[in-house]
Amino acid sequence: MRTTFIDSLLALAERDERIFLLCGDLGYSVLEPFARRFPERFLNVGIAEQNMVGLATGLSMEGYTVFCYSIGNFPTLRAMEQIRYDVCYHEANVKIIAVGGGYAYGPLSTSHHTTEELGMLRTIPGLVVTAPGDPSEVAAMTGFIASHPGPCYMRLNKAGEPRLHAAPPEVSLGRALALKQGAHRAAVFATGDMVGYASRYIEQHGLAADLYSFPFVNPIDTAQLAELAARYSQIATLEEHQANGGFGSAILERLHDLLSEGRLAALPAVKRIAIPNAFISSAGTQDYLREQMSLTLRDWPAGQS
Amino acid sequence: MTTTQDLARNIRLQCLQMCFNKRASHLGGALSVADVLAVLYGSVLHKDPAQPKAPQRDRLFYSKGHACTALYAVLAETGYYPHAALETFTDNGSYFTSHVNHKVPGVELSTGSLGHALSVAAGTALAGKRRQADWHVFAVVSDGELDEGSNWEAILFAPHHKLDNLTLVVDYNKIQSFGSTAEVLNLDPLADKFRAFGWDCIEVDGHDHGQLSAALAKTGRQPGKPRVVVAHTVKGKGVSFMENQLAWHYKSPDAAQFAAAREELTQGHAA
Repeated sequence: MRTTFIDSLLALAERDERIFLLCGDLGYSVLEPFARRFPERFLNVGIAEQNMVGLATGLSMEGYTVFCYSIGNFPTLRAMEQIRYDVCYHEANVKIIAVGGGYAYGPLSTSHHTTEELGMLRTIPGLVVTAPGDPSEVAAMTGFIASHPGPCYMRLNKAGEPRLHAAPPEVSLGRALALKQGAHRAAVFATGDMVGYASRYIEQHGLAADLYSFPFVNPIDTAQLAELAARYSQIATLEEHQANGGFGSAILERLHDLLSEGRLAALPAVKRIAIPNAFISSAGTQDYLREQMSLTLRDWPAGQS
Repeated sequence: MTTTQDLARNIRLQCLQMCFNKRASHLGGALSVADVLAVLYGSVLHKDPAQPKAPQRDRLFYSKGHACTALYAVLAETGYYPHAALETFTDNGSYFTSHVNHKVPGVELSTGSLGHALSVAAGTALAGKRRQADWHVFAVVSDGELDEGSNWEAILFAPHHKLDNLTLVVDYNKIQSFGSTAEVLNLDPLADKFRAFGWDCIEVDGHDHGQLSAALAKTGRQPGKPRVVVAHTVKGKGVSFMENQLAWHYKSPDAAQFAAAREELTQGHAA
């Protein structure tokens, strides 16, 4: 995903001289092509994420579309107030890019586990929060956020993720993307790299369920969600994030709002699959840690497997 | 013609009036920075109040958002909006909130959470450098907010990137929210710290307009270095019973105090 991101950004920067890339002393062997090609629109600001986001705000006020790139928690949690107050309150054209979402940097321990940022960021007014599901979504989303006038966040996994879409997907604000559709009454709603996991699981286990990628955690298109909720009796939400306040919470909130507004006749059964609001202290690969934290479609839907 | 001395007096009177009318606080820090703002807006900044966002303007980022009355006052005094607008200060629905609001004409950045504006100012200065613009960027910070580490990230950044189009002013009145800066978290030797970080540092009496004018001038600067003006000021400056008193970080004047302060401010700067 990160390679796709930087390739996409390079291509955009060739056409759009407003694009500026800041990094917080991270991106070795990834960002160099951009830095070489556009030295006047690249800067390593050092290990100083609060300043990076403030700088980005200042640059954006002078007309730049500023991307801030770093690992996981650093450009998000570390700079949360700068994102809220400097970027979002001023509707600054700043894009926060975090590589290594969830447990992508599993063995590096809790400091590098990015498992709370979606919930924190999606509460900030005006911030578009995204987690593309595969490299083709990353490419489309990079284009989308570059042209979206205002604050955006994009969570990337790491490297080597397979492409899930047969053709380049078209992203539009808040819309989920159908990946597998059939005559099923059950569907998986996944975000970020869990889309890839879900796709593999469904195929390997012959799970009778449809699959949707939600590259947008905020906003979520409620009209589309209402259609999907009416179509399925069982929905599993799947995210590599704490259960509190994340993607599954966002889906539940919207569904309940739809019900209370009379736009939905009944609620489907929703199973939230997320990290059970716990830290994990042991080392492990991304797959291992997901397993430890029960991020699995096993036992869903009830009675099927 | 209005002198910067007249301007400073009018800023102080407006701050006093606003804090009295609306039972608002942070008067002490507004009075301490009044001369800095008077010199900046009266004689230094290139600006056009009729076009607050004119591309060629100098940018001023005012980080001590709690001392908003001084900024709101100087913007009224210099023609960004009528003085009557100040009467809505803190009213329901007014943009004149009691921490600085960028919805007010002439305000570049909302501030109130401390330690934010210098980074934004540095980003703006960087954009100016990259685009070879000839406008200048100013940031005004309080001393207490230098406790925030984010400032020191920016203080490290600006000289490294040779932002000689950036001027930082520290309103060094030496009193923060809950005590003196020396007691709470000592900043001294502040000028030496900035010099060690690579800044062109000038210390001035922050109430001496001649010294401020010279230090804030956009000409005669050291190439490749951002400048910091450590302005030694007095919290509550201009009102004898408010000067150097921690309480005036919070208190708003009662009627008698208002009248006495108004008298002092009016007389004290009478030409």
